[in-house]
This record gives sequence, structure tokens and C-alpha cells, in this order.
Amino acid sequence: MSDTIVSAAAHAAPVPAWETAAAEAGPETANLPMTKALNAGLRLAMQDNPKVLLMGEDIGPLGGVFRVTEGLYAEFGDKRVLDTPLAESGIIGTAIGLALRGFRPVCEIQFDGFVFPGFDQITSQLSRMRNRHEGGVCMPVVIRIPYGGHIGSIEHHQESPEAYFAHTPGLRVVSPSNPHDAYWMMQEAIASDDPIIFFEPKSRYWPKGEVNLGSSGIPLHASRVVRTGTDVTVLGHGAMVSVLLQSADLAAAEGISIEVIDLRSISPVDYGPILASVEKTGHLVVAQEAHGFVSVGSEIAATVMEKAFYLLEAPVLRVSGFDTPFPPAAVETHFLPSPDRVLEAVDRALAY
Amino acid sequence: MSATSNASPTVQLLSPAGVFAPSETAAEFLPYLDQLTEADYRRFYRDMVVIRRFDKEAANLQRQGQLALWVPSHGQEAAQVGSAHATRPQDHIFPSYREHVVGMIRGLDLVDILRMLRGVTLGGWTPEDHGNFHLYTLVLASQTLHATGYAMGMQLDGSTATGNPETDQAVIVYFGDGASSQGDANEALVFAASYQTPQVFFLQNNHWAISVPVTRQSRTPLYLRAGGFGIPGTQVDGNDVLASYAVTAKHLDDARAGRGPALIEALTYRVGAHTTADDPTKYRDPEELAYWVARDPIVRFRAYLQGLGVEMEFLDAVDEEAEDNAADVRRRALEIHSPEKNVIFDNVYAEPHPLLQEQEAWLERYEASFEGGDA
Repeated sequence: MSDTIVSAAAHAAPVPAWETAAAEAGPETANLPMTKALNAGLRLAMQDNPKVLLMGEDIGPLGGVFRVTEGLYAEFGDKRVLDTPLAESGIIGTAIGLALRGFRPVCEIQFDGFVFPGFDQITSQLSRMRNRHEGGVCMPVVIRIPYGGHIGSIEHHQESPEAYFAHTPGLRVVSPSNPHDAYWMMQEAIASDDPIIFFEPKSRYWPKGEVNLGSSGIPLHASRVVRTGTDVTVLGHGAMVSVLLQSADLAAAEGISIEVIDLRSISPVDYGPILASVEKTGHLVVAQEAHGFVSVGSEIAATVMEKAFYLLEAPVLRVSGFDTPFPPAAVETHFLPSPDRVLEAVDRALAY
Repeated sequence: MSATSNASPTVQLLSPAGVFAPSETAAEFLPYLDQLTEADYRRFYRDMVVIRRFDKEAANLQRQGQLALWVPSHGQEAAQVGSAHATRPQDHIFPSYREHVVGMIRGLDLVDILRMLRGVTLGGWTPEDHGNFHLYTLVLASQTLHATGYAMGMQLDGSTATGNPETDQAVIVYFGDGASSQGDANEALVFAASYQTPQVFFLQNNHWAISVPVTRQSRTPLYLRAGGFGIPGTQVDGNDVLASYAVTAKHLDDARAGRGPALIEALTYRVGAHTTADDPTKYRDPEELAYWVARDPIVRFRAYLQGLGVEMEFLDAVDEEAEDNAADVRRRALEIHSPEKNVIFDNVYAEPHPLLQEQEAWLERYEASFEGGDA
């Protein structure tokens, strides 16, 4: 897989304001993998606010199984970086208590498939606590979840469970696709007074990308056009964005101009850039690693058809993981939407 | 069935007949009785009587269609009143949903509890303005983890174990024999033991989880589970208000002083139904009920007070106060207003959320479309 990331230079996208500002400001950039960008974002948030603390399994001296918290235990100590007992409901439930006490916990769930022991505390307690208190409390809790396939791992280690959380009122759900967004979105999520489920695309943990350290350039819950095009809009989040950019490269060679949107925020969805793009292209393909049935992609497809019916020249099409358990890694490439699967949908959309 | 003779491990100070006869296991808790005056004893009695009468009134309100549901506390008054009076103002209380008198003792207006059960709010009060009495939690044992996290926060912000009992804080969390089977209760005990939180787990074993007896939850006395988690466990006669007070006071003192968490199992009995939707005659042996009614916590303490020479006028005055309170609660319960529809949207998020803004505006337009129109 290509290490392509969101880059104006590589994809002839409109130059975001922050990139211009960075050029003027000088060397306020760093070339980092997402793991280091997240680490830097966490460090800044912890330096900025003594109430920010990290909780999770193996996040202390080890630095987490993906090393996202590496060095933070040594820097901030065991009162800011809590290696917890191995119990996800316990992690989330005690984080709620800490938030009631005025702390801003950032919880690490070790792998996507391990979040479900904590699901009840997230959906029945964390998401409703402010509402139950009639606004009297905030729940500034971030739950980091490494997610998604492409890493050839074993069962329960390659899931994409974001729809469960997006379906739950009271939660916000985001996913960065690149190191720059990871750096900024982590800090913005920690600063939010609402609970945020922060999905980190595992397969994008290691490719390096440019991080503008001076400005995020875009709000947390904004979607972004990362490559302009005129024929078809394709949309996705997390690791899917790099697949979509590869699709766009392949399509360009065949004379098809694809516009790529990085969703960034799964809940709420920022429909502004999506509808503006559909107005231009008249075609939308939504791609996701998650199972398609009752998915985030289904919701976006339905909403765009409601809001932009007369702008569309074809139905909104979905490219998803199949409605099966995530398969053995040996056959995951058949399960995961590939650039070619995206282009198959692009062709169908254009054939209407 | 739990025995409460002197040979048992159960801490007891008053016999069921109301005679001061401490069990052998009570020795370490007896000094805490010295903190109490006769005025405290009168207050304990008054609180138990007032809440039992309130409980009856609330059940009546439900039967008359004024509440969606009622959760009776009849029979558990001593466990709750004794433990609640062992808290200090700076402590935080995480209830389950049957601890009405604990809320009252912490300064909560009982009508606030009725507001939730009448279906006009999902919460009902602001904990920091009501004696740090946190909201009821309806998913069993969820609050045990919130309490443990809160107690961890007390440690992290340096509000406990400073050596000053007037300011050092602790948490007490209430749960029951049914909830003790939940994973969350066990995870909370693991976290509490691991971080040595300033916390008391107050388990009211009322012997029934709706229709399922405690024997289905546990093959061992529940207080013995504490040992498996590495924390002290004490079984107390939960129908003995003085024993409930003394045991809780000691463990809360230990918690505030940095000596770690403890589990208290208070043996008591749910004399009434689980809720007004329940019918215990379908699953409970009347003889068992009679056994526990004969050990009524109010009758026991009244006998003890009479033995101390407390005058009849006081006891009668308490009955009168309980009647007056019930009448006042009834009157004010009937005056509870329904909220405006904006509560649907108002506090779901702290920060603006475009989808909810869109839906709230739509509902406004939709409902306005009927006003003055043909529809």
C-alpha cells in the first residue's frame, strides 16, 4: 500500500490556509508518523492542563502496544499516566467518576474488538451523564480506539465498530486519516467538553506525513476535500482515505476526475463540503471498512439523497466490508474495500 | 437465612428485642458509638419513621397514577440511616435507586426523587447542591465504578489522607445483593483495591433481586468476597441502626485516613415489593417475611429508646411529623410541572451539535404548523 497521505502538493488539492501560513511562518512543521503525532498531541494537552490524564492497559512504561503513549509515563509520572487493571468497563466507568471530579481522562482501548466489555459504560452512562444531570456536569472523556484492518492480525484485532458509537446520542465520533489531523484532532478532542470516541486507523499509524505545528487549519468536526475532481465524489474516513486517493490516481489515468472527501468527523457529520461536492459532480460513492448494513455509510447515503436528490445523477453507492465477521487475515484483501472496488462503484455510478 | 446470634460474625449492637448486647465482633466498632449523643439517637429514629411513612405515601401516589413507578425501601431503614449518618459533609455518596433516606439525610428534597419517578426528569437534582448525593443509577452496579473513579480523583487532587479528618474526603457507594453479581461491581472492587481508594462499598443484602434469592447470587456470604479482592469485609446487622452507623463510621474513617477501601455487607430485608410493578407473593415464603418483620428495624430501635427512657411524647411527635411530611410530599408531588419539550435536546451535548439543532428546529416548525391552522 502506498504511503500517500493528504498532501496538497501530491494531489493538486486547493492549498489549505494553514499550509500557506506555515510557508510564511517558516519551519513550524514536522515529518511524523501518526503514532508520534498522537503522542505529541497528548503531551501538549497534558502540559497545557494538569487535569488531563491517561488511562489504559500497558500505556505506562511500555507506552501502549502501539507505543502511542511512549515516554509520557516517564515525563508525567504515575498520577497522570495510569496503567489500569485489565478491565475495559472498569477503565471507562472510573473515567466517568474522574470526569465528575473535574478530570479530563483519555482512555486507551487496546484494540477495536476489546471495546465491547466497556460498551455499556460508554453507551448507558458516559453518553447520558450530562443529559441526566440536566447540563450540570460535563463529560470531557476521550476514548482512543485503534481500529480497522490491513494489518494482517488475528480475530478481534481488525474491527471497524464506529457505527455503534455514532448511533449513540451524546457521543461524538472522529477519526483522523493522517498525522497532521491526528496531532490536532487529539488536542481538540481533549479540549472538548463532550465525550469523544477517537478512532485511530491502525494501518496509518506508521506512514510519515507532514504536521503543521502552528495551526490545525480546520475545526474538529469539519469534513475536508483532500483532492479536487469534477466527475465523481468519493468519501471515507480513517484508512479509507488513502485507498480513495489511490482510486483517484488510477481513475485519473483513465480520464475520470474524482473528488475525495475525508470525513474526519463521523458524528456529527459535516455535510457542507459533501453537498457542495455533490452539487459539482452529481455522483457520490461512500466507502468504509465497516460492515455495510446499518452503517455510517448508509446514513450518509440516505441523508445526501434527502438533501440533494435533484443534484444527483445516480444513486449514492456504498463500498463496504461484507456483512460477515472480519475474516481470517489471509483473505482480508477480499473483504476490505480496495481501490479497484471503489472504482467499480465509480463506474456503476457514472453508468447511470 | 442469616443468623444474628453472638456466635455469628455479624456485627450487632442491639438485639432484635432492642437490648444493648454487642456481639463479640462488635468490639472494634464500639468506640464509634461514643461519638453519638441522645439527640443523634432521636434523629436516627425520626429519620427511619419519616422515611417509612414517606415510602408508603409514594407507593400510594404510584397506585393513584401520579408516579410511573415506586421503589420501596420498607425494611431497609436502619441500614440506610445508620450508614448515612456516618458520612461527613465533605464525603460523596453514590446511591443505587432505593436509598431515599440517605438522600434526605444529605439534604435532598424527597420530592426531587419523585420527579424522576414521575417521569419529568432523568435525574432530578444537582449533587453538589444536595450534600454530594449523586444521582440514582438504574443500571445495576454501574455507579460502583463511577464511585471508584471519583475516589481515585480525591486521591489525585489531594483531598484525602492528609491527616485532617475534618476535611479529608471519602466516597460511599450503595449497591445490593443482586448487583454484586455484575461485572462492574467486581471491576470496581478490583480498581478500588488496586489504587487503595478512599471508599466504602455498602452492600445492602436485602435477600431478593426482584424474584431471585441471594442464594442464586452467591454460595458464600457476600462480605467474604472482600478478602478475595484484598480489602477488609464486615458483615453487619443491617436492621440495627447503631451497628450500621458504627461499622460504616469506622470504615469511612479508615478510608479518609488513607487506610484504603472496605466492603460492608448489611443484612436486611426488602419487606415490600421490588417495585410497584412486582408481586412478591408469587415467589416468597410468608414465613420468611414474618421472620424479618419480627426483626423490624424501627420496632427494635423504638424499644431501645424506650429502654433509655425516651418519653412517649417524643415518639408521638415523630409519628405526627411523619404524617405531616407525607402530606406535604403528596401536596407538592401533585404540583410537579411537566418540563417543556426543549429538555429533549438541551443537554445532550455541551457544545453545539448540528443534527440536534436541525431536529429541534424541525420539531418547532412541525408543532407550530398545527397552531391556528386547519389541522
